[in-house]
Amino acid sequence: MSSALSKAKSPELEAKVQKLLERQKKNLSWVRLREKGIFLCLIGCGLFSLLITGSIIFVLTSETITFFRFEEVTLGNFLLSTEWTPLLGNTKSFGIWALISGTLLVTAIAMLLALPLGLVTAIYLSEYAPRRVRSTLKPILEILAGIPTVVYGFFALMTITPFLQWCYDGFNIYNAMSAGIAVGILCFPTVCSLAEDALQAVPSSLRDGAFGLGGTRFDATIKVILPAALSGIISAFLLAIARAIGETMIVALAAGSRAHVTINPGDEVQTMTGYMVQIAGGDVSNFGIEYYSMYAVAFTLFLITLSLTMIGNRIRKKYRETYD
Amino acid sequence: MSDIDSQDDSNMSADDAEKPSKDGHIGEQSVSGPGGTPKTSLLEARDPDAFDKPTLITTRSRLAKDFRFRVMCILTACASVLILVFLLGSILGAGIPTLSWTLLTGTPEPEPENAGMWPALMGTLWVCTMCALITLPLGIGTAILIEEFTPRNRIARQVLALIQLNITNLAGVPSVVYGILGLTAFVSMFSLFDNSDNADGPSMEVGAVYYDQFSNVASDPFIDTGDTEAEERYFLFPVETRDAPSTVPKTGMLAYENSEGGLKEVEIIAIDPFADDAPTDADALSRTIDSTSDPGRISEKQWYYLRLPFGRGVVAGALTLMLVILPVIIISTQESLRAVPGTLRAGALGLGATPWQVVWNVTLPSAIPGIMTGSILAMSRAIGETAPILIIAGIVYIRSAPQHLMDDYTVMPLQIYNWTSRPQEEFHNIAAGGIVILLAILLTFNAVAVLIRHRMQNKLN
Repeated sequence: MSSALSKAKSPELEAKVQKLLERQKKNLSWVRLREKGIFLCLIGCGLFSLLITGSIIFVLTSETITFFRFEEVTLGNFLLSTEWTPLLGNTKSFGIWALISGTLLVTAIAMLLALPLGLVTAIYLSEYAPRRVRSTLKPILEILAGIPTVVYGFFALMTITPFLQWCYDGFNIYNAMSAGIAVGILCFPTVCSLAEDALQAVPSSLRDGAFGLGGTRFDATIKVILPAALSGIISAFLLAIARAIGETMIVALAAGSRAHVTINPGDEVQTMTGYMVQIAGGDVSNFGIEYYSMYAVAFTLFLITLSLTMIGNRIRKKYRETYD
Repeated sequence: MSDIDSQDDSNMSADDAEKPSKDGHIGEQSVSGPGGTPKTSLLEARDPDAFDKPTLITTRSRLAKDFRFRVMCILTACASVLILVFLLGSILGAGIPTLSWTLLTGTPEPEPENAGMWPALMGTLWVCTMCALITLPLGIGTAILIEEFTPRNRIARQVLALIQLNITNLAGVPSVVYGILGLTAFVSMFSLFDNSDNADGPSMEVGAVYYDQFSNVASDPFIDTGDTEAEERYFLFPVETRDAPSTVPKTGMLAYENSEGGLKEVEIIAIDPFADDAPTDADALSRTIDSTSDPGRISEKQWYYLRLPFGRGVVAGALTLMLVILPVIIISTQESLRAVPGTLRAGALGLGATPWQVVWNVTLPSAIPGIMTGSILAMSRAIGETAPILIIAGIVYIRSAPQHLMDDYTVMPLQIYNWTSRPQEEFHNIAAGGIVILLAILLTFNAVAVLIRHRMQNKLN
């Protein structure tokens, strides 16, 4: 094109065009360089997230190994014992089951509340609710999801616990029930929005088919849509359980600090996260055995939640019913 | 989990239990009727109520069931609203009466009536601003990498898939674990920078000046100043490093003194109380230092003061919060990038744009409202996050707002936790007041996010 131009016009113009072309060339090489540089930066960003995972695993593993190097600690005691008494001078015992059982009790109470309520609300939002109700309920759920956990902890300690004690005398000031209820309220929006996403992902042709066969909304929901969305719902449940297990501030405030195995919801329990907060917020000397026990507990917690998250995501991907 | 499932099952089976009695009756009818070919009966044997029973009774019972379920749904939905109302109501009821100017601008005094959360408020501002500055470029960059660059070969594809999987899993890690990671990686930095001679201090620092502080002899009980009165003054001698030997004052040395217009140079007089007499002139006396006294080592830190390891400072908190909200920002940015129609990209590529030019000039501008919404929501999560900060900063009594990047700090949720965990009723009330302030900030954030999203939807429509 440049040659055509130069033929037609004066040499002045030709020089101008030549200049422009050269600048273009320079520009292009600079663009290519910039392109490469930016791409490298982006790769750096991406690799950073891998670095985070790597360092979580490295830190937790190495500090847990340091913990097991202490002569008071044995792996058998850690994995089998149900006594968790790290702060008792001479009779220290590190049996993780005491903390796991506390965590499981709180989580079970929370899930008993959050899973059915969340699923039913999700069904309502996805299948039944008129548009106007939907557009009011969803922001309310978002607000519930956005409230900081320390506020739920305050709520548990100041409102739920007195209410429980008013209902029945057997409740301790710190009890698993109150913490569990608060964790349940916290997880409810999570369950609800994830389950609703799963229900919404079911193509409406299935719904129409069920209606066309004369099914009521209930029939369509229970017999067609729920089975089709089952993988998403189960994964929502697993993610909610992982969230409940890792919840910290509510249990730190409301569940208490006595680590023991119990199934009595009115009793004081300590969870894994609660123990970590107790150590970090207390005056325990850095680099003592209690300090390192925090890492061992964190490692256990990380393994449990990571496997739940991974199983949940895998179920959602692998068993998703696909409709083309 | 299993408890819940069994409960759901039992609910359903109770419903089912009343069904077979009617269904069984009708099923017999249809089998004995003319339409009852062997094929249908086979099907009915497999699943008795999957197929047609268009009699009036069944329809009515199914409609009734539908109605009952609908009522249950509505009740549950109402319950969620009630929970929110109850939660907010109980907190507002306790918190609003305690709201006061002192609570907002005061320091956390030990007496609840004078206590305020100004240092915590400023701490939150410092930590979250720093956190946003670090996290946003990183998170948006990662999302662009995953969404906008198509991998050319197998290895690149696998690496991208690994990053994606990794981010999904990172989003499920409890925040308290990130706190533990921050404690090792940022606060003590894997103990890489521990210095052997002084275990307490940092091994490397920039932006700090150290002084030896002497007071004049005016208040020294061992020195006879006669009738001359002098006001108390403090003199500063700069020293090289934090652990340099103490300065020995000599007459004629120049020292700094804090005054209204900043540091002022003053010539001092040093005396040995056992050998020399104090000067009788008031001005000279006020500049006289006991040369045998021990100075106090104080430091002045610039706003850019940097040390390694970071210690329990603002930077460590910001980096730890970065770990918590990075996956959130990446995932929400990915979603808004995915929402940009592919035709826009194809058009730009067709005009000869490079991949980055497409991203910068086409994709990002269309995705920016979504990215902003996601980022604001992520920041409101960072503001409310307590556990990781509690792990790395501990519960420390902080009386002033942070002055530099490594300063000790506390954040609002931590202050609320601190007040809530005390036994006195009054502290619980001001904790409620603190929660009201915190919720007001978070609701503002959420409202802005919702507004941006709303505007974007209108624009797209």
